[in-house]
Formats: sequence, structure tokens, C-alpha cells
Amino acid sequence: MARTPSNAGRRFRRDRGLLLLALPGALYFVIFHYVALAGNVIAFQDYIPFLGFSGSDWVGWGNFSQAFSDPAVLVAVRNTLEIFVLQLGLFFPLPILLAILIHSITYKRIASVMQSMLYLPHFLSWVIIVALFQQVLGSTGLLNQWLGAADIGLVDVIGNPSAFKPLLVAQLIWKDCGWSMIIFLAAIHRVDDQLHEAAAIDGAGYLRRLWHVTLPSMRPIILLMLILKMGDVLTVGFEQIYLQREAVGPQAAEVLDTFVYFSGVVDGNWGYATAVGLMKGVIAAAMVFGANKLAHKLGEDGILR
Amino acid sequence: MSAFTTVRTMLGHQPRASWESRPHAAVVATKVIILTALAAAVVIPILTVVATSLTSEQELIDSGGWVLWPSDPTLDAYTKVLRGGVVTHATLISLGVTVVGTAVSLAVTILMAYGMSRPGMFGGRPLTILVLLTMFFSPGMIPTYLVVQELGLLDTLAALIVPVLVSAFNLIVLRGFFQGIPAELFEAARMDGAGELGILFRIALPLSAGAVAVVGLFYAVTYWNMFFNAILYLNDSGKWPLQVILRQYVLEGSPLAESTFDTVDATSSRSIQMAVVVLAMIPILVIFPFVQRHFSKGVLTGAIKS
Repeated sequence: MARTPSNAGRRFRRDRGLLLLALPGALYFVIFHYVALAGNVIAFQDYIPFLGFSGSDWVGWGNFSQAFSDPAVLVAVRNTLEIFVLQLGLFFPLPILLAILIHSITYKRIASVMQSMLYLPHFLSWVIIVALFQQVLGSTGLLNQWLGAADIGLVDVIGNPSAFKPLLVAQLIWKDCGWSMIIFLAAIHRVDDQLHEAAAIDGAGYLRRLWHVTLPSMRPIILLMLILKMGDVLTVGFEQIYLQREAVGPQAAEVLDTFVYFSGVVDGNWGYATAVGLMKGVIAAAMVFGANKLAHKLGEDGILR
Repeated sequence: MSAFTTVRTMLGHQPRASWESRPHAAVVATKVIILTALAAAVVIPILTVVATSLTSEQELIDSGGWVLWPSDPTLDAYTKVLRGGVVTHATLISLGVTVVGTAVSLAVTILMAYGMSRPGMFGGRPLTILVLLTMFFSPGMIPTYLVVQELGLLDTLAALIVPVLVSAFNLIVLRGFFQGIPAELFEAARMDGAGELGILFRIALPLSAGAVAVVGLFYAVTYWNMFFNAILYLNDSGKWPLQVILRQYVLEGSPLAESTFDTVDATSSRSIQMAVVVLAMIPILVIFPFVQRHFSKGVLTGAIKS
């Protein structure tokens, strides 16, 4: 059906009340996402806040080529990728397993209490999570108090550079494993019971049904979560790392996001840090679209059709 | 045997389907152990912080620094931090930002979600794309900072609210809910001459109360937990919210400003530190149980599909 101008005009007159309601929100998105995006032009400048966009010198691709030979950027890239791989390997499968475990509880009330309890940490701030970990695992913390009382050696986790990355993942698991389970739990609930029954009658035990019925039914949602995770390949938890960076030093803890903050906002290399952040954003977007393409190849919907 | 059955019923036991085999006792035991360990991993850190905040200095010294249960609970630590110093001030700022921010965010999000919910409406598709695309790219920290600066928001509390005013995710959740309401209800109300705002308040909102509660919780948590934006946008330490003070005082161990305490208390005692941690957790621990029952009702999972 061709949309004639008069048709569009009629629809506009009909819907203008609705559009007016949407206006404040739309303005927010335009200003803080699209106009802000344009601010990335300072990546091509030697930006000096006092001189502004128009007064600062243009340096072409200079900031970008400088980034490629900057050892601090290399350290940040390496740390970021190491943390991402640890998160992917150690964190990502856990919510799926947890959902299967919670779903297998035959007492409804126990299951719902467990769910609430496991969701809660997601809503605590990173400052609180880091404080809790410090209080429990720190050198004068609860665990060392118990170990000391039992005359076992002390553990040194907080402030130890080589334990830093596993510690980050442990904190992430404590905070978000329960919450990330919610989507997988919904997927398990939607599995058709008749499939299970048919498999059971054919003699499949619990584990076989898990492998041949439950997990295949969850495949689309697992893949979707994996694609979304790919977009985070270079975003590995800014506040969490910022809060603990000083304790272990930048060599162990600098990631791309903290580099952008410290180099740009703190040290005043505005244009240079923006260039690093822009490269990060472009790569992250490319990763999502790449993973999405891969999902299509595997015969799944992915996020965009 | 009947007492056993009663307990099972109380715990909401769901009998297995006839084709399901009973798991081995060892499997059940392992499951109980894992679930207990998970519950302990969440509860013990929170419990020890709350207990320690309620314990007197002397008992803490005697017990080696930590307690799981105070033998003689005291609110001393709370009366000290809430006597009107830095912590009190920061708590009030956090409360104010959370209340105002949640109200404004909810209002703008509800209006926009409703304003783009009519199927086949003029501009509906471009608006949806405008919102969805923002979920795949972020302008970056410095470009956003420059916008905040250009708008003159640096060093104002509005800098904690305006840059995160609407979450695309929350918006899509609510829009999905409004779209799930039968269109005939809206058409009937329009026939009766109701304006869009009237329809929103009399039909759309009452039918989506659970989703609005969840989205409200998400916004409230964002504002209450706000930490880094305060560091980034606020130089004036007099405007810092509770999370920033918490970090300074508990994570970095710096003493609170002298005006807060008399000299005897100037050392950062652990029960006082833990009282600040508890203050920063309380609103979440209080609101969470009331809202979390809506989580399971498809509020979130419905959104993922769209």
C-alpha cells in the first residue's frame, strides 16, 4: 500500500498528541546519544577545553597512530582482553547451570526464596560489593580472623596484583550470577513438558533429558546472551576496576575505560583519550554485528533480522 | 508422617509427574549442600556487616574484629554518623537525587513509552530505531562529559540525573506492556472523547502497575547507587552522594571531617564504618522485597523478545 502524503498527514494529525508525549524522551536520546556521539570529533583534534571545538588544532589521524605505539594502551588492551576471557569462561556458563539447579527444586517456596536471595546482590552498588569483599577477604577480614583462630595460614587476596583478575570475576559472580539467571530460568519454564515426558517414556534419565531436551530448547537464548556479551568485549566493568585500581596499580588493573578516564579527564589529554575510546566503541559495535552474522549462519535469529 | 506432609505442603512441594524418576538420595543431598552454600555466600557477608555495625567497640576488640551476631546490640554507631556531619549530609543528597531522579525518569519514560506504543502510528518506526540504536553504541565518557559541560550542568546535582534520564531498556519494557493492552480499550476511550493523557492515566497505567513498579525500582537503584558520575561531574565535595563518601571513608579509610565527631571518636572505628555501609544498603534491602515479586511475571523476559 503506497503511503500518499495526505495519508501521512492524516496519521500525523491523528497521532500528534502521542508524539507530543514522546517529545521530552526523544530529546534526551538525541542530545545524550546522537549529539554526544558527534563530540567524538575531538578525537581528531589536539583538544584544549579553553579553546573549544572551533579553536583547537586539527591533527588528523595523529591521535590514533600515537595510540598504536603507546605501551600504556597496550597494557590496557591486554588487561581488558584477559579479564574478558576470564569472564566469558568462568562467569558466562554459571547462570545457566544455576537456572537448571533452581528449576530442579521441587519445593516452590524454597525455590522462590532462593531466587530472591540470589537476585539481591545485583542491586547493591559496586562500592558496597568491594567493601563487602574487603571486609570478608581482606588481611584483617572475617576469613583471616577465622583462619587465624584455627591456626591456618592467612590468605592474601585483596591488593595482590596476581590475584586481581580472578578477584574481579569472583566479585562479578557474587553480584550478577543470580540476576543473570532470570532469563535462562524463563527459558527453562517455557520448555514443553510433553517433550520431557516423551523422552522419559523412551527411557531417558534426568541428565539425558537435560542434554537432549532442556539445553537445545535454551539454545536461542544462550546464543542471544552470548552475542550481547560480545558487545562488552572491551567493557569489563568500569566502576569495579576504578575502585580497586589504586590498590594493585595500573600495570595489573588498567583497562581501556579506566585509561580513557585517567589519560583524558585526569591528565587532560582530551583528544587522545577520546580517540582511544572511539576505537573501543567501533570495535565493540563491530563485534556485536559480527556475532549476529555468525548467529544467522548457525540458523538462529540473533538480535537483528 | 502427617507432620512431614504438612511441612512439605507449607514449602510448596510440587509432586513429580508420574514419568519422572526420583533422584538418588546422594543427588538430593548434594543439591541441599550446594543451595545452602549459595545462600550462606549471600547472607554471611551482609550479616557480618550489619552485626558489626551494631556491636560496641569493646566487644569487637574482644572478638578479634568481627562478629556474626552482637551479644549486646547498640545503635551507637548510627547515632554518631547521623548526628549531622558528612554522612548525614551525603545521605540526604542521595535521598533527594533518588526521589527526584526516579520521579522525573519515570514520568519521561512513561510518557515516551506510551507516546510510541500505538501500532502503525506516525513516526513510530523512526522513534523505535532512534531508541534501539542507542543500545549498540555508547558516545563514550568524554563526549558525554562535553555535553554535560556545554549544558552548564557540571558541579550541579542535575548532572547526576539528566545524563541518565531515560534507559532504553526500561523504555522498551514499558512500551511492550502498553502494546500488550487490547487496542479496543484505547479505541473505546478515544470514542468517548478521552484525551491521550486521560487514557494513559485511566487505562494504560493501572493495567501495567507491576511493570511500572519494576522500572521504578531500576531507576531508584541507579540513582541511589550512583558513584562514578558524581566523581566525574562534581568537584564540590559538599555535593557528593553517600556512595562517594562510603568509598572515601570505608575503602580508603580516610577519617571523616573533624566536625562530625569529637576527638575521641575521630578514629575510623569499624562499627562506624560498617554503619555507613549499612546506610548505603538499607533502602535497597527495604524496597527490594516489595518489588521483586513482579520480576517473575514476564516483566523483563517479555522485553528481551522485542
